[in-house]
Amino acid sequence: MIPTSYYILLSAILFVIGATGVLIRRNAIVIFMSVELMLNSANLAFVAFARQFQPVGAVSQAALSGQIFVFFIMTVAAAEVAVGLALIVAIFKTKHSIDVDDVHQLKG
Amino acid sequence: MFTLIPLIIAFPLLGLLINVAAGKKIGDPWAGIIASLAAGAAFVIAVLQLVGLATTGFEPQVVKLADWIVIGQLSVPWAFQIDTLSVTMMLLVTGVGALIHVYAIGYMKGDERFHRFFVYMNLFIVSMLVLVSGDNYLMLFVGWEGVGLCSYLLIGFWFDRGEGGVGNARAGRKAFVVNRVGDFGFVLAMFLIFWAAKSLTFTDVFKFFEEHGATMAPLATAITLFMMLGAAGKSAQIPLFIWLPDAMAGPTPVSALIHAATMVTAGIYMIVRSNVIFHFAPASQMTVALIGASTAFVAGSIAMGQFDIKRVLAYSTISQLGFMIAAAGMGAYVAAMFHLLTHAFFKALLFLSSGSVIHGMEHGRHALAAEGHGGGGHGDHAAASHSGAGAHTDAPTFDAQDMRNMGNLRKHMPTTFWVYVIGSLALAGIVPFAGFWSKDEILTSAWTMGTWNGWVVFGLLLVAAFFTAFYMGRQIFMVFFGSERTEPAKHAHESPKVMLYPLIALAVLSFVGGALNLPRIVPGGEVLGRWIEHTVEVHPIDFNGGVALISTVVALFATGLSYLVYGRRPMTTMADPLEKSLGGLFTFLNGKWYIDELYQAVILRPFEDISRFAAYALDWDLWHDMVHDTIIGGGFRRLAGFTAGFVDKGIVDRFFNGLAGFVREAASNLRRLQTGYVRNYALAVLVGVLAILSLFFFLK
Repeated sequence: MIPTSYYILLSAILFVIGATGVLIRRNAIVIFMSVELMLNSANLAFVAFARQFQPVGAVSQAALSGQIFVFFIMTVAAAEVAVGLALIVAIFKTKHSIDVDDVHQLKG
Repeated sequence: MFTLIPLIIAFPLLGLLINVAAGKKIGDPWAGIIASLAAGAAFVIAVLQLVGLATTGFEPQVVKLADWIVIGQLSVPWAFQIDTLSVTMMLLVTGVGALIHVYAIGYMKGDERFHRFFVYMNLFIVSMLVLVSGDNYLMLFVGWEGVGLCSYLLIGFWFDRGEGGVGNARAGRKAFVVNRVGDFGFVLAMFLIFWAAKSLTFTDVFKFFEEHGATMAPLATAITLFMMLGAAGKSAQIPLFIWLPDAMAGPTPVSALIHAATMVTAGIYMIVRSNVIFHFAPASQMTVALIGASTAFVAGSIAMGQFDIKRVLAYSTISQLGFMIAAAGMGAYVAAMFHLLTHAFFKALLFLSSGSVIHGMEHGRHALAAEGHGGGGHGDHAAASHSGAGAHTDAPTFDAQDMRNMGNLRKHMPTTFWVYVIGSLALAGIVPFAGFWSKDEILTSAWTMGTWNGWVVFGLLLVAAFFTAFYMGRQIFMVFFGSERTEPAKHAHESPKVMLYPLIALAVLSFVGGALNLPRIVPGGEVLGRWIEHTVEVHPIDFNGGVALISTVVALFATGLSYLVYGRRPMTTMADPLEKSLGGLFTFLNGKWYIDELYQAVILRPFEDISRFAAYALDWDLWHDMVHDTIIGGGFRRLAGFTAGFVDKGIVDRFFNGLAGFVREAASNLRRLQTGYVRNYALAVLVGVLAILSLFFFLK
């Protein structure tokens, strides 16, 4: 069985890639994808820990909470993508660009 | 009968209102006729009061019209006191007043302010009647002030004439101000009376003093001395007599009515009315008698040195008022009232006659001007037209009242001459004219006192009587005998009948007035004494042949002396023969004992100096400049400068401005964090999360 630390390491790598993508990319779609990557790295960490700490032979709600949380995150991520893509469409309609650096009117 | 009494004031008040409303329209002479009728109607009411008293046993009556002031203990009604004393005064005021009103119709004819004159005259009658008919001291005071006001208005009636165009106005002011000094005394007397007796009504006050007077002599003395101060102002006694000669600036009917017959006797009326209080203040009585006698002496001597026909009469009036005051001071109230009445007759007569003389002289001057003669006098018109030539410089200075400008008017004004002689004989105290009887009664009172001050008073009054006869003789000889000394005198002519009839009426009264109070040895004598007796406590005086003889001899001697000086060799020049024989003394008399100058130096100049000091040094320099400007204003400015500059600007403003500046500075720096780039925010979130996580990690 692959040790849990491997999963956690992969999750951390994915999270850093996602965060870096959010910070350095300018294309809004790519930023979204990076955000998804960060969310899914968290999902990975959830299911990895859920598997490690699952008591043997005990099937209960509490035992499955890690997996269930992942479903919630996926749901929220789907909703977020729906709203985010709608925003990107609206921005593109007014700006004819999906470059986030073009949208900085709220600076102080 | 007595309920008619308010009408005595209502009639002149009505006349006054008619003339105020319509006087200008109805004009000359109707305004005068209405005023005279009003005064006459008041006289009728007064006569009815006399009849009423005679038929009800002379019981004093009080007719209350209304409440006036009711505050706490003080209750002052508008009520009329009807007794023999007040009715005597009412008869005098309305009777002589009505005659003078009639005379004034002629005298004031053609005056531009004809109706106004009669408004004032009726107002005077109203005030004087309030004065004599009130049943309390406050009403007396109201009348007292009212007649003072009328006196002021009428002295200054020709306010645009006189020395420098303001001389008459100034004379009015002088009378008013000098009278204020006296009024101050009267007011204080009133306060003391109220303080002691808790009432101002005559009956209450006198009852109080009859019950408690014996134990409060000092209070009675204070009250009566203050009253004497009031009387000295109103009745022109030492030291306040200086206003009356100047009051001659008013029209002559005014001099006759106000400044001879009625108003100036108010002081005597007040003293006689207050006899109960005086009774408990022998010291005051003595003072009053001495003041009266001294005034009679001083004013009589001044009268001998005057040239103005009215001024002689004015000083004579002061002198005669001195007689009355002296009599009142000696407790001889009947003699005082008797002399008051007879003096009212013959002094009104003399003033009106002198007015007739002045009137005649003025007309002579105008007649002369109309003819275009040269010579001593001109009308204003002629003087104006000739002023360029410079040859008639005497014309504008011609004085129609200067006796030196007259002479031989007997020929031109026979009626005036005869009534003048009657008035003079009455004033000089020649038997059987009215003045003899009243003056003799006063002298006898002084004679019978038997104390040292009685003798002093007697001596002063006797000398004053000598002066009286002398200056009246001097006046008669200067005005009516000899030869005309100026052109206007040659052209003088008799006054109109409307002026002469009142003169004749008064002449008759001056002749028979003595019958009012003949000595008791004459059957049916002492009418006035028995009449006044019902109101005032009277000490009957027996006729004293010796005194009568002395006074007659003195009067005849003085008249004879005046004949020797003025009559035997009539004056032809402007120089008075008396001046030659008396020299400096005459100048002293002519200068009126320099009392005006004395007051000027002793009272007025220091007063002005003090006022100036107070105004400039105290008020302006010290109070305004020093205290207000420098100390208060400057201090405040400095304090305000300190709080505004140092405290407000330096501390408060700097603190809050600094705070605001800091916030602004900080905000403008923080602002830059808000770049608008999503990535910066995301980085911030990341860094924040990492920071918190590391915090948890290290703190664990």
